[in-house]
Amino acid sequence: MGDEDQPRGQGPRRRNVEHMIDQQPTDPTRRGSAALDEARLRQHAIGVRLRQMFDEVVNEPVPDEFLDILRKADQTPPEKG
Amino acid sequence: MTDAAPDRAADPDQAFKRELVGLIPHLRAFARTLTGNPTAADDLAQDAMMKAWDARASYQMGTNMKAWTFMILRNQFYSEKRRAWRQVQLDQESAERTLVAIDDPASPLALDELRLGLAMLPAEQREALVLVGAGGFAYEEAADICGVAVGTVKSRVSRARRALHAILEDGSYERDGAPAGDAMRAILADAERLSVVR
Repeated sequence: MGDEDQPRGQGPRRRNVEHMIDQQPTDPTRRGSAALDEARLRQHAIGVRLRQMFDEVVNEPVPDEFLDILRKADQTPPEKG
Repeated sequence: MTDAAPDRAADPDQAFKRELVGLIPHLRAFARTLTGNPTAADDLAQDAMMKAWDARASYQMGTNMKAWTFMILRNQFYSEKRRAWRQVQLDQESAERTLVAIDDPASPLALDELRLGLAMLPAEQREALVLVGAGGFAYEEAADICGVAVGTVKSRVSRARRALHAILEDGSYERDGAPAGDAMRAILADAERLSVVR
């Protein structure tokens, strides 16, 4: 897995879950700071969208099939092993 | 939701079942991001649900059942993929067609573009980003689910974010004639609107 090079020493700082989407490897030079803010804003926007996309499916009603299958399985004892 | 008769409430199987039923929506959502195809996703989520039910004796109540079931679902997905790798090529294509052909008038443009962009990421980056960025898992939990080191998850999430940003910025996906910059603009506008609402 050569593509899994991990950042050494200066990995993203840990923040709470709400802000994790904002994490960006930051460039310490100051000139880029406006562009950096813009990039962060965009990353945040993508994060919000991503959660919304996921939650959209979470909020769908669960098809009856799921509960039917589980109900049937409930009648049989658990497998051993 | 489910009726729990008082005499069954203390039954560990019933407690397990209640918790499992509560996780079905999340399993469906995760499966959807893995397969990209709603029908295949529900099949996968059902298989995972049944695997979890069959393995309930090995689950310790009080530990993270969501992470446990996500791991089962993910393993199921990849073992099926390995078994039928030829089929996967076809599934991938049909998933991409499904993603491209999203035809829900209520679904905003930006969401479609995000789905497309997400579908373009390598699978391991996509799942890392989904688990941490949408599923609400900590890096450590996502690492357990994927069976990799925490640093690997962090690296994948950060690569996924950069790649997704780049895809949405320069519109390297194909969408009939839509201007490239529009996806990012629409996402920004929506995020602004949503943050006001929250």
